[in-house]
Amino acid sequence: MKHQSTYVPKTGVERWLDRRLPIVRLAVDSFGDYPVPKNLNYWWTFGGILMVFLVIQIVTGVVLAMHYTPHASMAFASVEHIMRDVNYGWLFRYVHANGASFFFLAVYIHMFRGLFYGSYKEPREVSWILGVVIFLLMMATAFMGYVLPWGQMSFWGATVITNILAAVPVVGESIQQLLWGGPSVGNPTLNRFFSLHYLLPFAIFGVVILHVWAFHVSGNNNPTGVPVKDVKKDTLPFTPYYTVKDGFAIAVYLTVFAVFVFFMPNVLGHPDNSIEANPLSTPAHIVPEWYFLPFYAILRAITFNIGPIDSKLGGVIAMFGSIGVLFILPWLDTSKVRSMRYRPTAQLWFFLFVACCIGLGYLGSQPAEGVYVVWAQILTAYYFAFFLIILPLLGIIEKPKPLPKSINEAVLKKSGAAPALQPAE
Amino acid sequence: MKKLFLALVAAMIVAPAALAAGGKVEPYKKGDWAFSGPFGVHDKEAVQRGFQVYRQVCSACHGVKLLAFRNLGDKGGPYHLEQCPEGIPEGTDCSDPNANPYVKAIAAEYQITDGPDDSGEMFQRPGIPADRLPQPFANEQVARLANGGALPPDLSLILKARKDGADYVYSLLTGYEEPPATVNLAPTQHYNPYFAGDMSQLLKEEFRDEEGHPKEGVEIPHGGVLAMAPPLVEGIVDYADEATPETVDQYAHDVVNFLAWASDPKMEQRKRLGFITVAYLLLLSGVLYWSYKTLWAKVDH
Repeated sequence: MKHQSTYVPKTGVERWLDRRLPIVRLAVDSFGDYPVPKNLNYWWTFGGILMVFLVIQIVTGVVLAMHYTPHASMAFASVEHIMRDVNYGWLFRYVHANGASFFFLAVYIHMFRGLFYGSYKEPREVSWILGVVIFLLMMATAFMGYVLPWGQMSFWGATVITNILAAVPVVGESIQQLLWGGPSVGNPTLNRFFSLHYLLPFAIFGVVILHVWAFHVSGNNNPTGVPVKDVKKDTLPFTPYYTVKDGFAIAVYLTVFAVFVFFMPNVLGHPDNSIEANPLSTPAHIVPEWYFLPFYAILRAITFNIGPIDSKLGGVIAMFGSIGVLFILPWLDTSKVRSMRYRPTAQLWFFLFVACCIGLGYLGSQPAEGVYVVWAQILTAYYFAFFLIILPLLGIIEKPKPLPKSINEAVLKKSGAAPALQPAE
Repeated sequence: MKKLFLALVAAMIVAPAALAAGGKVEPYKKGDWAFSGPFGVHDKEAVQRGFQVYRQVCSACHGVKLLAFRNLGDKGGPYHLEQCPEGIPEGTDCSDPNANPYVKAIAAEYQITDGPDDSGEMFQRPGIPADRLPQPFANEQVARLANGGALPPDLSLILKARKDGADYVYSLLTGYEEPPATVNLAPTQHYNPYFAGDMSQLLKEEFRDEEGHPKEGVEIPHGGVLAMAPPLVEGIVDYADEATPETVDQYAHDVVNFLAWASDPKMEQRKRLGFITVAYLLLLSGVLYWSYKTLWAKVDH
């Protein structure tokens, strides 16, 4: 949002700094009196929650790295050393491990929110695309992080996923060799994964800054999707209004998080990862962490060859395609209306899409056999149809409900605060 | 090796039915565990008795390599002391595991290989609290040789490494049965309906068709076979406390309590801190909610 800076440096030091590096001005303009639509609901608090979790993950991760040994014969023992002998090591590790899950839960809610309210549409395409980049980086980081404890699931998950990459034509085997650093998953793999696991979060941090910058240029979307018409009537300064509201949501989310960390820290994990990696013994079922399950289901749903593409490569294409399609989403959705609040038909397809993703998650946790495969294929088909067929078509054939003239009008109508708008009795 | 991996992955993606094969296990018996639930704590006496069962029975084959003697005297450990018992010199801090007389006594009962000394020789000495519990076997090969090819798993994390670990270990230890009449067992195999396995492989000849598949109507027994013979028998461990029954059920119960502590020694500290943290966050949420409501009261939104 074009926002005239109102920052007036008060002290001599601030004035001195402002002429040289206006960093205080940047902070005040971005998070101080930055105008935000006044009708944002709780779904909008997840951006702040994600910021908090990125910081939690980096801080706990840096501490864990001080005590961790990235070596195939010592990694598992060093994690147990953290759990048993490092002061509050168990706390840092459980926060970090469960933090990944809560990070992904928040990012999924954040993405569904963007999808429902059309936050990816003009003029916020770049912010959305950067968001998908962050999501991809998060997935790479989480995957490599899960390998580090060097349990059975770590090892075999790494084996399965790196083998999948070998299906990519021409470069696949080279990529696989590069990731392994040897003839199979082993000590070199662990070392490079550790290095990259430490590096990527800082890349995420950088892209997050761009992501926030991008929507601070266009201004926040809001539940009506109607742009700000009058800054005075439609918006509120970020501080204190949204710092306090986001703060409340963050505290509630952290409370739920704490219940997991302190009272059921292993519920989201897998028992097999309490067994040290053993290349000679394959677990009965190799399953990724819950946040990867929908994509795992899509990967395994392709059980048939499509022309020259064999089923294995087909699965890889489908899995990467399921994220790739998000990059072009701003141009697939043809509707001029941003918020699905005013798109009754699109809404139904959207909720079906959410159910589809949850269904795929369930199927990813089940063995890929019999009826599970058939369902995974149906839901995978719907996943792609939603983006490639339904959204492009709906924009043309759907008749949206009338939009409010402004954010303020929508707010007044909802709260019934404006007597002029109420029908006479 | 690479071919093998590729084949494995292909098998997992295309036809995982083969991997999913295997029999069902009997639903586990549900134990009554002091350590479960948000308020659960370790039953110190049961952990002590369980440690005794471990030492006298399990430790012949199974190690607990993550445990050091000092852990027994750590806060939350079974021999932790806040105050020294009588007869300990004035000024000793018995809450320090290294000074804890019980821990020192237990450690000293073990012989630990140390060294090399100044002449380059390894030597034996009595254990100290800082030592880890000695392993039953020098290496995996010896362990397999002594156990008919099977490798007894380390028990430090066994309760975490199995789904519903406490109920599973309790069920396994108390669940040995005579094998069903439909199967043939080798002398080194022991039937247990709670052990994950595939009993269809062991069906007797007369219950299979020409292709070796189970005949129609033949029920595949639950569970599997393992190399470990039933380890517990009534009276095998002599408890000092006369009131505690010396039964298989009691031994299994106690050893599970010991293993629960061994796999999660910081549990009590964790839950205690959890209550403080959750209470703090709830309070913070309340204050922020009140601030939010007050701040936004004058705004239509």
